[in-house]
Amino acid sequence: MTETVHLTINGLTVETTRGATVLDAAGAIGIDIPTLCYDPRCAPNGLCRMCVVEATGARLLQAACVTRAVEGMTITTESPRITRARRTVLEMLAASTDLSETPDALAQIAETGADIARFAGGRERRPPVVADNPMFVRDYAKCILCWRCVQVCAEDAQYAFAINFDGRGFDTQIATFFGKPLPETTCVFCGQCVGVCPSGALKPLRAWELEHPDGPAA
Amino acid sequence: MVTPDRITTTTCPFCGVGCKLQLHIKDDAIYQVTSPSDAVVNHGNLCVKGRFGTDFIHHRKRVTTPLIRRQPQTPGGRTQAFDRAAWREATWDEALELVTDRLTGIYAKHGPDGLAAFSCAKATNEDNYLLQKLFRALFRTNNIDHCTRLCHAGSVVALMDALGSAAMSNTAAEVALSDVFIVTGSNTAETHPIIALQMKAAVRKRGAKLIVIDPRRIEMVDYAALWLPLRPGTDVPVFSAIAHVIARDGLANNGFIEARTEGYAEFLASLGPFTPEYAESVSGVDRRLIVEAARMYAGAANASIYWALGIPEHTHGTDNAASLIHLALMTGQIGRPGTGLNPLRGQNNVQGASDCGAMPWHYPGYQSVTDEAVAQMFDRAWNVEPGGLNRARGLSTTEIVGAIGATVRGLYVMGENPMMSEPNLNHARHQFEQLEFLVAQDLFMNETAAFADVFLPAASFAEKDGTFTNTDRRVQRVRQAIPLRGNARADWTIVCDLALRIEARLGRPTAGWAYAHPSEVMAEIAQVLPDYAGIRYERLEGEGLQTPVDDTSHPGTPFLFADAFPRGRGLFRPLEYIPAVEPTDETYPLILTTGRVLEHWHGGSITRNSRLDELFPEALMELNPVDAATTGVADGQPVRVSSRRGTITLRAKVTDKTIAGVVFIPFHFVEAAANLLTLDDVDPRAKIPEYKACAVRVEPLQEAARPSKRGRR
Repeated sequence: MTETVHLTINGLTVETTRGATVLDAAGAIGIDIPTLCYDPRCAPNGLCRMCVVEATGARLLQAACVTRAVEGMTITTESPRITRARRTVLEMLAASTDLSETPDALAQIAETGADIARFAGGRERRPPVVADNPMFVRDYAKCILCWRCVQVCAEDAQYAFAINFDGRGFDTQIATFFGKPLPETTCVFCGQCVGVCPSGALKPLRAWELEHPDGPAA
Repeated sequence: MVTPDRITTTTCPFCGVGCKLQLHIKDDAIYQVTSPSDAVVNHGNLCVKGRFGTDFIHHRKRVTTPLIRRQPQTPGGRTQAFDRAAWREATWDEALELVTDRLTGIYAKHGPDGLAAFSCAKATNEDNYLLQKLFRALFRTNNIDHCTRLCHAGSVVALMDALGSAAMSNTAAEVALSDVFIVTGSNTAETHPIIALQMKAAVRKRGAKLIVIDPRRIEMVDYAALWLPLRPGTDVPVFSAIAHVIARDGLANNGFIEARTEGYAEFLASLGPFTPEYAESVSGVDRRLIVEAARMYAGAANASIYWALGIPEHTHGTDNAASLIHLALMTGQIGRPGTGLNPLRGQNNVQGASDCGAMPWHYPGYQSVTDEAVAQMFDRAWNVEPGGLNRARGLSTTEIVGAIGATVRGLYVMGENPMMSEPNLNHARHQFEQLEFLVAQDLFMNETAAFADVFLPAASFAEKDGTFTNTDRRVQRVRQAIPLRGNARADWTIVCDLALRIEARLGRPTAGWAYAHPSEVMAEIAQVLPDYAGIRYERLEGEGLQTPVDDTSHPGTPFLFADAFPRGRGLFRPLEYIPAVEPTDETYPLILTTGRVLEHWHGGSITRNSRLDELFPEALMELNPVDAATTGVADGQPVRVSSRRGTITLRAKVTDKTIAGVVFIPFHFVEAAANLLTLDDVDPRAKIPEYKACAVRVEPLQEAARPSKRGRR
C-alpha cells in the first residue's frame, strides 16, 4: 500500500504519498514553484536551483524538485531569501548564456526583477554552432545546462548514451565523448533531446534553415 | 526563433507503433515535429523517422499533377519510365476517364478475374475500405490485397486458426507488466523503436527478463538475459523444443489447458521428437539455452511474446507462428495484462487495412467472402443485386503478380511499390511487363509507378483526414495539417470520383460514394465491421480507441481473451519441422536474410526522398567475420551477391551482428535490391513469401565496381 505523509506548505496542510517531492506536493494544491531544468519526463536533478524553497530544520535552501516530502515537514516557497537566490541564479545565467529562446527564464527574470546587467562584462559562453548531421543543429551558446537531453538520451528514454557533460565548472558543456561528430557516436537521431530542450539550443535542421535563410549552419 | 502558423496533432505515418505527432507549420510547410509527453502510445518519444523524416512531403521529386504516358504501352512491351519527358500532364477529368475506359474495357472482355488491385497499408482505413468496395461492388472481384501478405500473413492465419483473432492480444506498453518476455524475429530497436524503449525500460527499471531468439545479434540482445541465435528457418524446432521442456519438466499450466484449450493430448504426443538435443542439431542453439528459456518463460508470473516478420516470412510462416501460440496456450500466459501473443505490425495502418477488408479472402472484419450469409449482408450494404458479389476467394499479392498475363490484365496500385517489395524481382518485373493496363496512385514515381499508363498524384498523410489503426488495435485520427500540394488529391476522393465514373459506365445502381468527409466513410465502416461498431470520429479526439469497440458507449479493449477466445477454445496443432525451401550448397553456401534498418522504410519511396537518405545513403550487407575470412572480404569492400534468381552489388559491413553462415541485406535500396535475390516460394496457407531465408554466394570485388548512387533516378 502507498503510505501517505503530511506536510505544511505556505501554511497549508498537504497530504501526499511517500516518495513524492515537495514540487509534486505543492503542485497538487496549486502552489506554483518556478522551475527551469525540471521536466516531468526526466528524473529531476536539482541543477538549476530555481525551485529552491525553505524547509524548517534545513540550513540551506532546498531544491523542491529533488526534496522528498516527509511527515511533519514545513515548507515556505516565497520569501526575500528565496527570491534573492532565484534572482542571482538568473542574473548569472543571463550574463553567460543566450536566453533569448528560453521563455521560462525570461518570464522569471521579469517576475523576480532580476538585473540581467548585474554581471555584464563577465565571461560569456559562446561555443560555435555544431551542425554535424542532417537532422538537427546544436547551438550550445543557448544551452542552460538543464541536463534533460543527457537524461532522455540515457535511462529516461532512449538508452543511447551518446552525450554527457564535458568539462568542469564554467566550462561545463554538453558534448559527445571525445567530441566526436554525432554520426560517429551511438546517437540514433531519435531527437528525444530536441524534444525536451527548453532553450532553443537543439533545433531541427529545417527550423534552423528557416531562421537562417542566407546559409547553412556553421 | 520560428513561430508556427499552427500546430496540427496527427498520427505518425511510418511504423505500426502509432506515435502521436504535432506538426509545426510555417507557410504551409512542416519545419518541426514534436510529441506531447502525455501521448498514451509514445509518451512524447519519437524515432528519427517520425521526428525528422516527414520532409518527403515537400520533396522536389513529389508528383503533384496527374500524368499519362506518351508512348502507349502494350503487354510484353511495357517499359519503366522515370523521366518526366515520357509523361504528359493531364487534368483529373482526363486521367480518370482514361482509367475508367481501360478498366471497364478489360472488365467487359475478361470479366472480374481480369482485374486486380493492390491496396495500401500506408493509407487510411477509409482509403482502404473504399478501394476494396470499388473492386468488389463494381468489378465483382476479390482480387484485392496489400502488403500484409508480405508481412504478417502467416501470423494472421495461425492466430485465426488457434484463437479466432488476428491482432496483438495485448497493448505494447503492457511489457512494463511482464516479468519475462520473448522477442523473436523482431529487430525491435530499429523497426518498432518506441516499443523497444518500453522493453528496455522494463528490463532496466523493473527487472524484467528478456529472451531474444533471433539469428542476428540485434541491439535488444544487449538487454537480454538469454539470446538464442538460431539459423534462419529453424523456428519450429526451437519453439517446439521449448514446449517439449515445458511439458517434460511439469511446467505446463494444466488448469488453463483443461479450461481454455483443445487438442493438447495430440499436440503433446507430437512433441516427442522435439528434444533440445534435436533442436540444437538443426538450429545451432545450445540445448541448455533452450531449457533455460523454457523454464524462464513458463515459470514467470506474467510472460509475453513479441514477434515480427522473422516468424511469418517463411514458406512455413504459419507453422512458425503456431509454435509461438502453443507456448502461450500451454502455460496460460495469455488473457491477462503483461502476457499474450503480440505480433508487432509493420506498417502504420497494416492492422487497419486488414480490418477494413483489403484482403482477397475477407470482407471488412475478417468475414469470409465464401460465407453466403456474409456475402448477402454485403450485397445489401453496397446496394448490389442479391448474389451479385463474388463468392470466390480472390488472389493474394504474389498470386496476382503470378497471374498477370494468364488471367489478370489490368492492375490498380494504390501506394504500394511491389517492384521493390515483391520477392524474386526479376520474375515480378517480367510479369509487370505483361500488363495491359496499370494505374499507380502515389506520391512519387517509384519503381512500380514507372511501369504505369496513368499516374494519379495522391495526398500525403499531412494533407488529408482519416484514421490509422496501430499495432495494438488503437484507431487514431489523421488530421490535415497543410493544403493539398499542387493538384494532388486525397486517396479517398480519388477512389470515390473514379467509382462514380465506373458505375455510371457499367450502368450499375450506385453503391454509395457521396461522402462529404472521411468521418462519413467511418460511419459506414462501423455498420459492416463489428469490431469498429462503436467508432465515430468524435470519439477519437483524444487518444483514440482500441478495437473491439462494440457500440458507441464501449470504452475499447486494451487486452483480449480474459475469459474466452473468439473461436471458443484455443487450438493446439501438431507441427512438423519443414526446412527452408532452398538449402545452402557449395555454390550458394550462405543464407541471406532480409529486413529493414532504422532510417529507411520498405521500398524507399518515402525515406529515400527524405534527409533520412543522407543518414543512411547506401545499402550495406552484414557479414560475420568468420565468413568474411572465408570469402576474402574486408570491411567496407564492394561485393557481388548472387542467388539462383539474381545478382546485386553492394558494400560489405563485417560485423558480428549477424551469425556465421548468415548474411543480412536491407531491402530499401534500388541500387542493390535485395528482392532480386529472394525466393517467391510461398507458405501454402498464408501465401507469404520466404523473404527470410535463401541461399546466396558472396564474392569480393575491386573498388571500381562499387555501386554508384548516380544509378538512382
